[in-house]
Amino acid sequence: MRINCPVCGERDRREFYYKGAAVALERPAPDAGEAAWDEYVHLRENPAGETRELWYHESGCNGWLVVTRNTVSHEISGVELASEARS
Amino acid sequence: MVELVAKTPCAGLLPVSVGDLRIEETHMLPMSVIMPFLGKEEAVGATLQKAHGLALPPVNRAEIDGETSVLWFGRGQFLLRGAAPDADLTDLAAVTDQSDAWAVVRLSGAKAADVLARLVPVDMRLSAFPEKSTVRTDLMHMMASITRLGPDSFQIMVFRSMAQTLVHDLKGAMEAVGARG
Repeated sequence: MRINCPVCGERDRREFYYKGAAVALERPAPDAGEAAWDEYVHLRENPAGETRELWYHESGCNGWLVVTRNTVSHEISGVELASEARS
Repeated sequence: MVELVAKTPCAGLLPVSVGDLRIEETHMLPMSVIMPFLGKEEAVGATLQKAHGLALPPVNRAEIDGETSVLWFGRGQFLLRGAAPDADLTDLAAVTDQSDAWAVVRLSGAKAADVLARLVPVDMRLSAFPEKSTVRTDLMHMMASITRLGPDSFQIMVFRSMAQTLVHDLKGAMEAVGARG
Protein backbone atom coordinates (compact mmCIF):
# COMPACT_ATOMS: atom_id res chain seq x y z
CA MET A 1 0.00 0.00 0.00
CA ARG A 2 1.29 3.45 -0.89
CA ILE A 3 0.11 6.86 0.27
CA ASN A 4 0.58 9.96 -1.84
CA CYS A 5 1.81 12.47 0.75
CA PRO A 6 0.95 16.03 -0.36
CA VAL A 7 4.40 17.16 0.83
CA CYS A 8 6.80 14.30 0.00
CA GLY A 9 5.10 12.48 -2.87
CA GLU A 10 4.13 8.81 -3.10
CA ARG A 11 5.59 6.79 -0.23
CA ASP A 12 5.45 3.31 1.24
CA ARG A 13 2.91 2.59 3.99
CA ARG A 14 5.64 1.70 6.50
CA GLU A 15 6.70 5.37 6.74
CA PHE A 16 3.30 6.25 8.21
CA TYR A 17 1.66 5.82 11.60
CA TYR A 18 -2.07 5.11 11.67
CA LYS A 19 -4.12 7.15 14.12
CA GLY A 20 -7.74 6.23 13.37
CA ALA A 21 -10.95 7.90 12.21
CA ALA A 22 -10.55 11.60 11.45
CA VAL A 23 -12.97 12.60 14.22
CA ALA A 24 -10.28 14.58 16.03
CA LEU A 25 -10.77 17.30 13.42
CA GLU A 26 -14.38 17.80 14.58
CA ARG A 27 -13.93 18.34 18.29
CA PRO A 28 -17.20 19.56 19.82
CA ALA A 29 -17.43 22.85 21.73
CA PRO A 30 -16.82 22.51 25.49
CA ASP A 31 -20.50 23.15 26.19
CA ALA A 32 -21.83 20.92 23.38
CA GLY A 33 -23.41 18.58 25.90
CA GLU A 34 -22.93 15.04 27.09
CA ALA A 35 -24.30 13.31 23.99
CA ALA A 36 -21.94 15.15 21.60
CA TRP A 37 -18.93 14.46 23.82
CA ASP A 38 -19.92 10.81 24.34
CA GLU A 39 -20.03 10.38 20.58
CA TYR A 40 -16.73 12.22 20.04
CA VAL A 41 -14.83 10.22 22.64
CA HIS A 42 -16.38 6.74 22.36
CA LEU A 43 -18.53 6.10 19.31
CA ARG A 44 -16.93 5.13 16.00
CA GLU A 45 -18.37 4.10 12.68
CA ASN A 46 -17.20 0.74 11.33
CA PRO A 47 -17.92 1.15 7.64
CA ALA A 48 -17.45 -1.43 4.89
CA GLY A 49 -16.54 1.18 2.33
CA GLU A 50 -15.15 4.71 2.32
CA THR A 51 -13.74 6.13 5.53
CA ARG A 52 -11.72 9.23 6.52
CA GLU A 53 -8.70 8.56 8.69
CA LEU A 54 -5.75 10.36 10.21
CA TRP A 55 -2.29 9.15 9.28
CA TYR A 56 1.00 10.62 10.50
CA HIS A 57 3.98 10.73 8.15
CA GLU A 58 6.27 9.71 10.98
CA SER A 59 9.44 8.82 9.07
CA GLY A 60 8.91 11.43 6.37
CA CYS A 61 7.85 15.06 6.62
CA ASN A 62 6.05 14.75 10.02
CA GLY A 63 2.80 15.96 8.43
CA TRP A 64 -0.63 14.83 9.70
CA LEU A 65 -2.74 13.64 6.78
CA VAL A 66 -6.42 12.96 6.21
CA VAL A 67 -6.61 9.84 4.06
CA THR A 68 -9.87 8.79 2.40
CA ARG A 69 -9.68 5.01 2.10
CA ASN A 70 -12.05 2.22 1.13
CA THR A 71 -11.89 -0.44 3.85
CA VAL A 72 -13.08 -3.15 1.43
CA SER A 73 -10.69 -2.58 -1.48
CA HIS A 74 -8.02 -0.54 0.41
CA GLU A 75 -8.20 1.92 -2.47
CA ILE A 76 -7.10 5.41 -1.42
CA SER A 77 -9.20 8.08 -3.12
CA GLY A 78 -7.84 11.20 -1.44
CA VAL A 79 -4.99 12.52 0.73
CA GLU A 80 -4.77 16.03 2.15
CA LEU A 81 -2.89 17.78 4.93
CA ALA A 82 -4.96 17.77 8.13
CA SER A 83 -4.21 21.49 8.61
CA GLU A 84 -5.88 22.20 5.28
CA ALA A 85 -8.74 19.72 5.74
CA ARG A 86 -9.77 21.58 8.89
CA SER A 87 -9.93 25.09 7.54
CA MET B 1 38.49 14.59 38.67
CA VAL B 2 36.88 12.51 35.93
CA GLU B 3 38.27 13.28 32.53
CA LEU B 4 35.60 13.19 29.85
CA VAL B 5 36.67 12.20 26.36
CA ALA B 6 34.64 13.41 23.40
CA LYS B 7 33.71 10.55 21.07
CA THR B 8 32.13 10.76 17.65
CA PRO B 9 28.85 8.80 17.19
CA CYS B 10 30.55 6.09 15.09
CA ALA B 11 33.86 5.95 17.01
CA GLY B 12 35.24 2.41 16.80
CA LEU B 13 32.63 1.37 14.21
CA LEU B 14 33.86 2.98 11.00
CA PRO B 15 35.26 2.94 8.37
CA VAL B 16 34.00 -0.34 6.89
CA SER B 17 34.78 -1.52 3.35
CA VAL B 18 33.32 -4.37 1.31
CA GLY B 19 34.87 -4.53 -2.15
CA ASP B 20 34.67 -0.98 -3.52
CA LEU B 21 31.76 -0.14 -1.23
CA ARG B 22 32.74 1.94 1.76
CA ILE B 23 31.12 3.67 4.73
CA GLU B 24 32.97 6.29 6.67
CA GLU B 25 32.01 8.81 9.29
CA THR B 26 32.00 12.44 8.13
CA HIS B 27 33.71 15.25 10.07
CA MET B 28 31.88 16.48 13.13
CA LEU B 29 30.38 19.79 12.04
CA PRO B 30 27.92 22.18 13.71
CA MET B 31 24.31 21.27 12.88
CA SER B 32 21.13 23.21 13.58
CA VAL B 33 17.52 22.58 12.71
CA ILE B 34 15.81 25.75 11.52
CA MET B 35 12.01 25.91 11.71
CA PRO B 36 10.81 29.21 10.21
CA PHE B 37 7.99 30.93 12.09
CA LEU B 38 4.68 31.23 10.25
CA GLY B 39 5.12 33.38 7.14
CA LYS B 40 8.87 33.87 7.72
CA GLU B 41 10.22 31.32 5.26
CA GLU B 42 11.21 33.94 2.70
CA ALA B 43 13.01 36.06 5.29
CA VAL B 44 14.85 32.97 6.58
CA GLY B 45 15.88 32.19 2.99
CA ALA B 46 17.22 35.70 2.51
CA THR B 47 19.18 35.57 5.79
CA LEU B 48 20.65 32.17 4.95
CA GLN B 49 21.69 33.44 1.53
CA LYS B 50 23.33 36.52 3.00
CA ALA B 51 25.05 34.87 5.96
CA HIS B 52 25.87 31.41 4.63
CA GLY B 53 25.63 31.75 0.82
CA LEU B 54 22.97 29.05 0.51
CA ALA B 55 19.30 29.31 -0.43
CA LEU B 56 16.42 27.58 1.36
CA PRO B 57 15.93 24.38 -0.64
CA PRO B 58 12.53 23.17 -1.89
CA VAL B 59 11.01 19.90 -0.64
CA ASN B 60 13.31 16.87 -1.08
CA ARG B 61 16.27 18.99 -2.19
CA ALA B 62 19.59 20.02 -0.62
CA GLU B 63 21.81 23.05 -1.12
CA ILE B 64 25.46 22.09 -0.80
CA ASP B 65 28.59 24.26 -1.01
CA GLY B 66 31.75 22.47 0.10
CA GLU B 67 31.29 21.45 3.75
CA THR B 68 28.31 23.77 4.29
CA SER B 69 24.85 22.47 3.44
CA VAL B 70 21.17 23.14 3.98
CA LEU B 71 18.89 20.11 3.75
CA TRP B 72 15.12 20.03 3.53
CA PHE B 73 14.46 18.16 6.76
CA GLY B 74 10.69 17.74 7.06
CA ARG B 75 7.59 19.89 6.87
CA GLY B 76 8.74 23.41 7.73
CA GLN B 77 12.16 22.14 8.83
CA PHE B 78 15.63 22.70 7.43
CA LEU B 79 19.00 21.44 8.62
CA LEU B 80 21.98 23.79 8.42
CA ARG B 81 25.25 21.85 8.64
CA GLY B 82 28.81 23.12 8.59
CA ALA B 83 28.24 26.60 10.01
CA ALA B 84 26.99 28.11 13.26
CA PRO B 85 23.60 29.68 12.45
CA ASP B 86 23.58 33.44 11.93
CA ALA B 87 22.25 35.31 15.01
CA ASP B 88 19.54 37.03 12.91
CA LEU B 89 17.88 33.65 12.30
CA THR B 90 16.67 33.36 15.90
CA ASP B 91 14.19 36.23 15.31
CA LEU B 92 12.72 34.48 12.27
CA ALA B 93 12.78 30.81 13.20
CA ALA B 94 13.06 28.28 16.00
CA VAL B 95 16.71 27.24 15.88
CA THR B 96 17.95 24.21 17.81
CA ASP B 97 21.52 22.92 18.03
CA GLN B 98 21.68 19.25 16.94
CA SER B 99 25.44 18.96 16.43
CA ASP B 100 25.83 15.93 18.71
CA ALA B 101 22.43 14.37 18.02
CA TRP B 102 23.00 12.59 14.73
CA ALA B 103 25.33 9.96 13.34
CA VAL B 104 26.39 11.22 9.91
CA VAL B 105 28.04 8.75 7.54
CA ARG B 106 28.97 8.65 3.88
CA LEU B 107 28.27 5.57 1.78
CA SER B 108 30.20 5.38 -1.47
CA GLY B 109 30.87 2.90 -4.26
CA ALA B 110 29.55 2.10 -7.73
CA LYS B 111 26.72 0.01 -6.24
CA ALA B 112 25.84 2.33 -3.34
CA ALA B 113 22.30 2.78 -4.67
CA ASP B 114 21.88 -1.03 -4.76
CA VAL B 115 22.84 -1.17 -1.07
CA LEU B 116 20.21 1.43 -0.18
CA ALA B 117 17.61 -0.38 -2.33
CA ARG B 118 17.79 -3.20 0.23
CA LEU B 119 17.15 -0.91 3.18
CA VAL B 120 15.06 2.07 2.07
CA PRO B 121 11.49 2.16 0.64
CA VAL B 122 12.32 5.00 -1.77
CA ASP B 123 13.76 4.74 -5.30
CA MET B 124 17.44 5.66 -4.91
CA ARG B 125 18.52 5.13 -8.51
CA LEU B 126 20.30 8.08 -10.12
CA SER B 127 17.42 8.57 -12.60
CA ALA B 128 14.86 8.96 -9.79
CA PHE B 129 17.12 10.47 -7.13
CA PRO B 130 19.64 12.82 -8.79
CA GLU B 131 22.48 14.70 -7.08
CA LYS B 132 21.41 17.01 -4.23
CA SER B 133 18.17 15.09 -3.74
CA THR B 134 17.32 14.44 -0.10
CA VAL B 135 14.60 12.45 1.67
CA ARG B 136 13.33 11.82 5.14
CA THR B 137 12.45 8.14 5.17
CA ASP B 138 13.06 4.81 6.90
CA LEU B 139 16.34 2.95 6.79
CA MET B 140 15.27 -0.50 8.01
CA HIS B 141 13.38 0.59 11.15
CA MET B 142 15.24 3.84 11.75
CA MET B 143 14.11 7.33 10.83
CA ALA B 144 16.76 8.65 8.49
CA SER B 145 17.77 11.56 6.32
CA ILE B 146 19.44 10.47 3.07
CA THR B 147 21.08 12.87 0.61
CA ARG B 148 22.78 12.13 -2.70
CA LEU B 149 26.18 13.85 -2.72
CA GLY B 150 27.37 12.46 -6.08
CA PRO B 151 26.63 9.71 -8.62
CA ASP B 152 28.13 7.08 -6.29
CA SER B 153 27.93 8.66 -2.86
CA PHE B 154 25.26 9.32 -0.26
CA GLN B 155 25.11 11.03 3.11
CA ILE B 156 23.06 9.06 5.63
CA MET B 157 21.94 10.45 8.98
CA VAL B 158 20.21 8.62 11.84
CA PHE B 159 19.83 9.45 15.52
CA ARG B 160 23.17 9.11 17.32
CA SER B 161 21.82 6.39 19.60
CA MET B 162 21.29 4.17 16.55
CA ALA B 163 24.82 4.46 15.11
CA GLN B 164 25.68 0.82 15.82
CA THR B 165 22.45 -0.47 14.23
CA LEU B 166 23.04 1.74 11.19
CA VAL B 167 26.53 0.34 10.65
CA HIS B 168 25.25 -3.23 11.22
CA ASP B 169 22.42 -2.86 8.69
CA LEU B 170 24.58 -1.09 6.09
CA LYS B 171 27.35 -3.67 6.43
CA GLY B 172 24.89 -6.55 5.95
CA ALA B 173 23.45 -4.97 2.81
CA MET B 174 26.95 -4.17 1.47
CA GLU B 175 28.00 -7.80 1.92
CA ALA B 176 24.82 -9.02 0.21
CA VAL B 177 25.36 -6.69 -2.75
CA GLY B 178 29.07 -7.56 -2.85
CA ALA B 179 28.28 -11.30 -2.90
CA ARG B 180 26.30 -10.90 -6.10
CA GLY B 181 29.44 -9.60 -7.85
